[in-house]
Amino acid sequence: MTETSPPKKPIGQFGLFWRRLRRNRLAVAGMLIIAAIVLVSLLAPHIAPYDPLKQNYRALLAPMSGQHWFGCDQVGRDIFSRIVHGAGITLRIGVLAILIGMAAGIGLGLLGGYYGGLMDICVVYLTDILLAFPGLLLALAVIAIFGPGITSVILACSFSSIPQFIRVTRGVVLAEKEKDYVTAARAIGERHTAIMMRYILPNCVAPLVVLVSLRMAVIILIASGLSFLGFGAQPPSPEWGAMLSEGRAYLQTAPHIAIFPGLAIMTVVLAFNLLGDGLRDALDPRMKI
Amino acid sequence: MIHYILRRILILAPTLIGITLVSFLILQLVPGDPARTIAGLEADEDTVQAVRRELGLDKPLIVQYGLFLKNAVTGNFGQSIRTKNSVMAEIWPRFLNTLRLTFASIVISVIVGVAIGTIAAKHHNTAVDYATMGLVLLGVSTPTFWSGLIIILVFSVSLGWFPSGGAHGLIHLVLPAVTLAAPSAAITARMTRSSMLEVLRQDYIKTARAKGQKESRVIYGHALKNALIPTVTIVGLQFGYLMGGAVLVEIIFTWPGLGRLIVNSILTRDYPIVQAGVMLFATTFVLTNLIVDILYHYLDPRISYDGD
Repeated sequence: MTETSPPKKPIGQFGLFWRRLRRNRLAVAGMLIIAAIVLVSLLAPHIAPYDPLKQNYRALLAPMSGQHWFGCDQVGRDIFSRIVHGAGITLRIGVLAILIGMAAGIGLGLLGGYYGGLMDICVVYLTDILLAFPGLLLALAVIAIFGPGITSVILACSFSSIPQFIRVTRGVVLAEKEKDYVTAARAIGERHTAIMMRYILPNCVAPLVVLVSLRMAVIILIASGLSFLGFGAQPPSPEWGAMLSEGRAYLQTAPHIAIFPGLAIMTVVLAFNLLGDGLRDALDPRMKI
Repeated sequence: MIHYILRRILILAPTLIGITLVSFLILQLVPGDPARTIAGLEADEDTVQAVRRELGLDKPLIVQYGLFLKNAVTGNFGQSIRTKNSVMAEIWPRFLNTLRLTFASIVISVIVGVAIGTIAAKHHNTAVDYATMGLVLLGVSTPTFWSGLIIILVFSVSLGWFPSGGAHGLIHLVLPAVTLAAPSAAITARMTRSSMLEVLRQDYIKTARAKGQKESRVIYGHALKNALIPTVTIVGLQFGYLMGGAVLVEIIFTWPGLGRLIVNSILTRDYPIVQAGVMLFATTFVLTNLIVDILYHYLDPRISYDGD
């Protein structure tokens, strides 16, 4: 039973991972930015100096100033306050889309990889078809069916993440299911669901954590892009993509209306990319995601 | 080689069928009656019935799909609801415009990406390496619908060097192609850097250095050629993502491409256009990947054609 003997180092696997992650300055920066944005979204009403929807006709297109840090938009709404309130919308869409995509992807990946045969053929086929619609296209097809709106955007983003989650999960399952501990689990009469959930799934955690972070970056780009196209959050919602789209008409006279929401999107996406890269390096640099 | 290509095409067939199935389902899954959707909300019941009969929407679903498939193979996707023109006549010129934009972007992204990646690898673990990798991170994290606006603001509004929109020649292609290329150049750079670092550790590079070959000759003559092999696969994938990403860039630069047409058709509920457009994009993507796969095998003699 050498395989189940306790780890030799007192620090443990998680401790080792955490130490490596902490030493990666870029990953720490990513984590701090994400933490700050979560905090901002939770405390938005307390942080934002103004009502994000309140129009002020004495501050139309107002430039940046001590009063309005990021200036005001075409109807005099405070852009800083709108961006602060928009953080929550972006994070909510991202988290919900990830959860749905992950649940579907892990489920299908486990089933296909574990049972093999016809089930696996179907899962691989589905993955291939979903991957045949690159980037925004699958999302647009989903939007075409369900019509514009935040719910459609969440669905569209989760759909575009399902194949990645299937691939990662299925890959791990295929590698693990022939190993001795799985055979042993079968021998002692464990049920298939228990073997999948309690024995195999924990092996998927490391690559899935990396994938979640990197996918969050992609999903936020897709979601804000869809809102920019007018398919997601509708005005006057302070969603960043929608704000950017509204600011387009004032690019020459008041570029700050479009610049700040774009910077906000970029910062969040960058943070998730930094964290994702850092997680991969800390968990397993050879991981192919 | 021929055997390998034939097998790859055979493997592709189910995916192509899957693509048509998804496109077919777009109209079927829209809530409500497809005939009513196509006839328009204000059409009377007789018109809706006529549309239903004309398009075979009264037949069983599987028969409808068979009909759709048969029409798709012959390039007949019906009429646009909005303009009443044939869908093919509407989407084909737009598709060519998108291809033009995508090709220009892929050329830019390969040249810039390979150059940056090679420089970063050559100066591994120095300030140059960190700076370029920082650029790469910014490249993949910046939304094109924002960088495009900034580029317009700088090069069109302020400097007046390039037009901000339209499609009347090469000059109109520059800004949208650069905008679209940026994220993909970043990914190509990252890929080139890591495969370059891999190659530089190989024995034949040590040999080349040991025999006193100049460093530039080692890098560009020996290493780069081999480091580019994995980059080829990435470029194939990039082509698809560029087509998908072109949607946003086309909107920003009012480029008359297929992506912009699809977006407008979703807004005006012109479903035949959406179906055909999505299908055309996906098919092109899948076929490009096939070509890239074959190219990859051709370039890398270590891979055998028969075993997988």
